[in-house]
Amino acid sequence: MTTNATDATQNLPSSHFYVREHHPEQGTLLGFWLYLMSDCLLFAGLFATYAVLSHSYAGGPSGADIFDLPLVALNTSFLLVSSITFGFAMLQMQLKRVNGTLLWLGVTGLLGVAFIGLELYEFAHLLGEGFGPQRSAFLTAFFALVGTHGLHVSFGIIWIIVLMAQVKRFGLTTDNNRRLMCLSMFWHFLDVVWIGVFTFVYLMGVLQ
Amino acid sequence: MSEHNALPPSGDSHDHYQGHHGEETRPGHSTLKGYITGFVLSVILTAIPFWLVMGNVIDGSGLTALVILIFAAAQIFVHMIYFLHMSPKAEGGWNLLALIFTLILVFIALAGSVWVMYNLNVNMMPGVMSEPVLQMQSQ
Amino acid sequence: MQDKTDLTSLIFGRLSLESIPYHEPILIVTFAIAALAGLGVIGFITHKRFWGTLWRDWITSIDHKKIGIMYIILAFVMLLRGFSDALMMRAQQAMAFGGSEGFLPPEHYDQLFTVHGVIMIFFVAMPMIVGIMNFVVPLQLGTRDVAFPFLNNFSFWLTASGAGLTMISLFVGEFGKTGWLAFPPLSGIEGSPGVGVDYYIWSLQIAGVGTLLSGVNFMVTIIKNRAPGMTLMKMPIFTWTALCTNILIVVSFPILTVVLAMLSMDRMLGTHFFTNDMGGNMMMYVNLIWIWGHPEVYILILPAFGVFSEVVATFSGKRLFGYSSMVYATIVITVLSYLVWMHHFFTMGAGASVNAFFGITTMIISIPTGAKLFNWLFTMYRGRIRFELPMMWTVSFMVTFTIGGMTGVLLAVPPADFVLHNSLFLVAHFHNVIIGGVLFGMFAAINYWFPKAFGYKLDDYWGKWSFWLWTIGFYAAFMPLYVLGLMGVTRRMNHFDDASLQIWFVIAAVGALMILGGIVASIIQFVVSYRRRDELRDHTGDIWNGRTLEWSTSSPPPQYNFAFTPVVYDNDAWTDMKKHGFERPREGFLPIHMPKNTAAGFVLAMLSAACGFGLIWHMWLLVGVSFVALIGGIIIHTFNYNRDYHISAEDVTRVENERSQQMDRYA
Repeated sequence: MTTNATDATQNLPSSHFYVREHHPEQGTLLGFWLYLMSDCLLFAGLFATYAVLSHSYAGGPSGADIFDLPLVALNTSFLLVSSITFGFAMLQMQLKRVNGTLLWLGVTGLLGVAFIGLELYEFAHLLGEGFGPQRSAFLTAFFALVGTHGLHVSFGIIWIIVLMAQVKRFGLTTDNNRRLMCLSMFWHFLDVVWIGVFTFVYLMGVLQ
Repeated sequence: MSEHNALPPSGDSHDHYQGHHGEETRPGHSTLKGYITGFVLSVILTAIPFWLVMGNVIDGSGLTALVILIFAAAQIFVHMIYFLHMSPKAEGGWNLLALIFTLILVFIALAGSVWVMYNLNVNMMPGVMSEPVLQMQSQ
Repeated sequence: MQDKTDLTSLIFGRLSLESIPYHEPILIVTFAIAALAGLGVIGFITHKRFWGTLWRDWITSIDHKKIGIMYIILAFVMLLRGFSDALMMRAQQAMAFGGSEGFLPPEHYDQLFTVHGVIMIFFVAMPMIVGIMNFVVPLQLGTRDVAFPFLNNFSFWLTASGAGLTMISLFVGEFGKTGWLAFPPLSGIEGSPGVGVDYYIWSLQIAGVGTLLSGVNFMVTIIKNRAPGMTLMKMPIFTWTALCTNILIVVSFPILTVVLAMLSMDRMLGTHFFTNDMGGNMMMYVNLIWIWGHPEVYILILPAFGVFSEVVATFSGKRLFGYSSMVYATIVITVLSYLVWMHHFFTMGAGASVNAFFGITTMIISIPTGAKLFNWLFTMYRGRIRFELPMMWTVSFMVTFTIGGMTGVLLAVPPADFVLHNSLFLVAHFHNVIIGGVLFGMFAAINYWFPKAFGYKLDDYWGKWSFWLWTIGFYAAFMPLYVLGLMGVTRRMNHFDDASLQIWFVIAAVGALMILGGIVASIIQFVVSYRRRDELRDHTGDIWNGRTLEWSTSSPPPQYNFAFTPVVYDNDAWTDMKKHGFERPREGFLPIHMPKNTAAGFVLAMLSAACGFGLIWHMWLLVGVSFVALIGGIIIHTFNYNRDYHISAEDVTRVENERSQQMDRYA
């Protein structure tokens, strides 16, 4: 069990213990995935808060009173289609086609803008009726959860624009491809969170 | 204990700062078929819950809630497989491990918060309990 | 207010000359001393013409070794501030009985205990452990740097910005008066209308982002950057605890981010997360912040456990006993730390079932820690123990932390906690485990790895003074608090009516003065060691007869750590190499690929700090400009693809030759 420094083990050539050249694996994709896992926990906090506060109407409206399911269905379809258009962009990237990649990135971005636009319209409508986040704890939690998701999508759109500029200028380099893969993970992740939002907030809100 | 027979497999000799070159053969390779399959499944798994709720199809909101939650879980699973290329091979299994661990903790945070807060509210804030819960309690 | 123009409001928000506390003599004196010290430092740097080196080699450095050292310097500076707060509180509590009100009115005292806790946890303990992990982990893994070197630099400057904002609150405005976790409704806009809680929120948000990024960085480094042959179960035990610590960081800090964001929304936007009215629920804040808070304390202690494992093995001259069980114990602690959080608010009325569940999980989590303690003892058994300073700190930890752990298990019993919650018993418990565990672990780490970082040992004589003053001082300062807590004395009080309690507070104050002596002794230790550095020089790089790979490098290591990447076959890789007669190669060096230094991290962090300052004072123009500049800066930075360079083979050869000469001279 104990190892003495004077153990008579055989000497080995020192070259046994090193290599001249070694490059660690590229860690960006794993690192970005881990960041997304931390984002899952961020949304978990928001979902938990929504779960706890979702019936605190303070005499104000409930979900059934204010949620416009057809509008939400339209928004959901924007985001879902944008997922597949991003997929098309990734396929173009694999085929090393710059213009194809840029085209589908652009379509994805536009769908994202449509999503945000519709969401802002929904928010403005609610604010106009006096059902803003200050009205009740339920509305606070609603605006915080849906708003945070919307903020993430907005940053995603900015990132799409920046990456389009970078791909246009420098082409589909290894660095840019890696960035596209990270953005792809980000974009799909936001759609995953949206599944949680439309199910847990909108559909279940109307059901109660 | 220590095996000095042969050089252990060295790490990938990929360039540290330039990234992989053999991406096409890595797990997570996208295909058109994969995306279309994922999309169609997602559309179905979205449309049905919306129809169930908007059309008041099932009798009983509790059962409907359970059903749409299951659909949501299924669609998340579809997204993970077809869009995020989740597999036990991605990043040497670390992606899947990280995801499972995260999901466990998300569940603990959600379920734990709801459980703790529900008990706190029942014991300490009688005026706050909303109608449906009070009704459930008195049954 | 009425005669302020809209433009003035836009630029200055609620900041005005009245925000500077002219009427507080203690603060004026403190500011004068701080300003003098600051000018002294600036003068010294200018005199030595050090600004260029400071910018080129330190501020913009992406080298994990330099970043680690900067973290620890930050931690030490903040320790002086946080400890001054402690001294003032001890003084006040030793004298304020019956008729005497002491010298600190409640509104000042409340800020003291709040900022003391915030600084000690966020700007002393966290930077210390992150700093040690920064310096040590890549060296132990046999790699050249972390996975994301630029992000590493950015994380440091974000932490420093958070610390800076907290420090500014002393002289411009005020800090929160809510305790270090800032529970609403006291921390809401009605309970704390001033800037104090806003300083708290934005300091922690900025520093929290830095910590989260660091967590991702180290997880990827440990997963991906290990030397060939180093499987997970052949990693040094310190890197295992580092991995688990960073896992906890990644999964817990987002909760802190979200709950502080919700509090700031309540304060700034009038939302109702945690308000008294309109359906808000204050206990949700308590719930969420402790879901973060409990993993946080395990984030603090796990690296310390890792340090002790390394130190015990090295200074017992033996392989660590029960390596696998140590790893499993660490993993179990990591997972279980997410299942105990409610024990921080047993008394809030969740009921017997909920309390019982969390009480049981809390008791279970003490078991793997106990297993670790036995493993350390078994490692020492029949070893040839050398009581160098790191080992002394370790033995003190073993006794001290065990006591603290036992009081923790006592508190884990809900009925007992109903008596002891928020009493001085609780305060004694957590200081017991944090000082006895985290701080002693960091002192052990610093004494252990200082020679590696700077090329010379720390002076033993002053180190021992520091050790004994800290150890005895800790017991003198905190054992009375256990007694007081059992007698029912509440925490966070600035005045007491019962004069029979005074003696205990006086003993505690004496203990605090001894700790002050310990801190002064360690400052002297650094100065004396620097003066005697030639006598204390580490010529071989392996001053302790170490067991892990960092001891195979020179002291200090070259910029690139390893000219050739080590290949690993066993635990205690360096011991393995020495056992087989390893000799350092002296030729055949190749060019080495390294990342470039960058100013981006520093600049972006300063912009974040400016944005935070603007948010605190409602200076919307500053907020707008700095936020846009921040996003713009990040985007511009991503257009820089030219982030690396090569160290030529000639340069590598030259550095390696210098080391060869040094080793030959002192063989």
